[in-house]
Amino acid sequence: MNFEIPNFLPAVPEMFVLGMACLILVIDAFLPDSRRDVTYGLVQATLVAAAGLTLWLMGPETVLTFSDTFVKDPMADILKIAVYVTSFLVFLYARPYLMERGIHKGEFYVLGLFAVLGMMIMISGHNLLTLYLGLELLSLSSYALVAFWRDNSRATEAAMKYFVLGALASGLLLYGMSMIYGMTGSLDIAVIAAELVAADDSLNIPLVFGLVFLVVAVAFKLGAVPFHMWVPDVYDGAPTAVTLFIATAPKIAAFAFLMRLLVEGMGPMHADWQGMLIILAVLSLAVGNVIAIAQTSIKRMLAYSTIAHIGFLFMGILAGTDSGYASAMFYVIVYAITAAGGFGMIVFLSRKGYEADQIDDFKGLAKRNPWFAFIMLLLLFSMAGVPPTVGFYAKLAVIQAAVGADLVWLAIVAVIFSIIGAFYYLRVVKMMFFDDPQKGAEEPVQPSGALATALSINGLAVLLLGIFPGLLLSLTHYAIIG
Amino acid sequence: MTFELVLFYLFGAILLGGALAMISVRNPVHAALFLVLCFVAAAALWLLAEAEFLGIVLVLVYVGAVMVLFLFVVMMLDINLAKLREGFTEYLPVGIVVALAMATVLVLVITRYITMDVPERAGPEYANTEALGAILYTEYVYPFEIAAVILLVAIIAAISLTMRKRPDNKSIDPGKQMAVSREGRVRMVTMASEKKKAPRRGGQGSGADAPGSKDESK
Repeated sequence: MNFEIPNFLPAVPEMFVLGMACLILVIDAFLPDSRRDVTYGLVQATLVAAAGLTLWLMGPETVLTFSDTFVKDPMADILKIAVYVTSFLVFLYARPYLMERGIHKGEFYVLGLFAVLGMMIMISGHNLLTLYLGLELLSLSSYALVAFWRDNSRATEAAMKYFVLGALASGLLLYGMSMIYGMTGSLDIAVIAAELVAADDSLNIPLVFGLVFLVVAVAFKLGAVPFHMWVPDVYDGAPTAVTLFIATAPKIAAFAFLMRLLVEGMGPMHADWQGMLIILAVLSLAVGNVIAIAQTSIKRMLAYSTIAHIGFLFMGILAGTDSGYASAMFYVIVYAITAAGGFGMIVFLSRKGYEADQIDDFKGLAKRNPWFAFIMLLLLFSMAGVPPTVGFYAKLAVIQAAVGADLVWLAIVAVIFSIIGAFYYLRVVKMMFFDDPQKGAEEPVQPSGALATALSINGLAVLLLGIFPGLLLSLTHYAIIG
Repeated sequence: MTFELVLFYLFGAILLGGALAMISVRNPVHAALFLVLCFVAAAALWLLAEAEFLGIVLVLVYVGAVMVLFLFVVMMLDINLAKLREGFTEYLPVGIVVALAMATVLVLVITRYITMDVPERAGPEYANTEALGAILYTEYVYPFEIAAVILLVAIIAAISLTMRKRPDNKSIDPGKQMAVSREGRVRMVTMASEKKKAPRRGGQGSGADAPGSKDESK
């Protein structure tokens, strides 16, 4: 039999992360509880080194390897680097939270690293099998992370919900994939697209049926309305350090998943999935922004805000143009950075035995620590889309893409719901600057350690990227258009 | 009708009947056993399609391992049957609609859109297992490795979620028992002799014992 040894070079970052994850797992087993910082340091070093490898291998050409199941293109490179950066921030923010609660275990970092590997596989998937397996690797690690605080019954409940609904979504995804495999006779993304182009234009019911399952499954995983019911419960129930993780980097991978599956694979059926995404986008924008107003827990509020952001992400993709995809990519990276800062602030204000997860906990923050109230203000402005923060440019680019695709009404709907959404972001700002601190929480916040520094950099990055959006915009433009 | 076709319809009917019975019987143990029946019938169908390896694996892994484990869980858990059946009639219409829609589309796909020739029978020298192995470790080596990583993550997750040191754990560590020395157990205390404050009953109040030394020698 003829078989060529595949070219391993494009997959070196994946192999490195896998090797390091296994190595850290073994090292961690021999460490006493007091030396978990070694595990933490190794994981962070792995992320930095993986970023170095990805940068070293970066190139404008598209390389396929492993019998075309793996793809390395500019989009993959840039999204992977975004995943490393976000995960690095997340681990950094999570460490003090875990230490204070006595759950500073090596498994958190190792499972996190495996989740990063799953995201990398999703980003580089060029075959339905690879895409599915990458998603499962990410999901399985996430379920375990949510359940990781065993003595916390709310976290266990959240993990159960997450697991059951995630398994259901995986089943739907596989069903859709099997329909598409049955109709096109291939699992390869490029072959599927070629088969779809070759097929006649008449309405092909089984293909559309398979497509519906794919879209529903992805909507489940992303938490788009009407498949969003698990998002607030899981984000609220999970330990904040884990919420921080599942709310940020996986969204970047999910964007890549959508791009590979819908745009590269099912691209010729754009007219069919555009309508489905429009419904999901409008519903997500409406429900996410309106229900967030009624929340008293800031974790639930940010969960609904995530749902609304997913609506914007869909808007960029459904436009079906290269500038639309670039704007959606810009949006998801900006979202990940901003959400990392937002959830990081909850971690920052929490102390042992005290969770700052209610909106009221932010009352009078300006009196307790003006600098971090300002950082939180930048993050909230970015989520609301207030200039000059980067969130404004992200929303602007997506709305431009929608207008460019002759969907002016959708752009108007998005703007209206953004304005409604601005209310609950600005309410938190008002509470921070104009209200008095709650009783028993008047003492000033003492910034300390790497967390405070990183949080400041994160907040300022949101501002600086907003003043100079050209850098990130040109990167996403390069990734999609070349 | 050839003998194989008769077999195909026979096992197909068993599979469908088993699946229907599985979702409709009241007792979860019976449902699990019907699922076993489904797996066996499906394995027989695979054997008919000359996929011997998959058929045998289905019996070995699913029937032999997964379902037995599942049965243990079902029998160990105290399931409230009445509560389990609550809302069955409520959801039934929706379930029937979804099932009908799925069945319609499946029938459409198979009868109208997929035009496949009857596959040719492979010769006696053809080995399904060998072909599967050859493709698994060459063309599909990357997905295969990812599947291995997923299993590793499952192991890590299971261990980290279930292994714990309970405070009320009464198990003994032989290593610790062997390493015991006299110094670690008995504490000698020198103190001036005391006079009994109040007369005690029995012969235990000798006065030379330090208070607490009895506890420590346990």
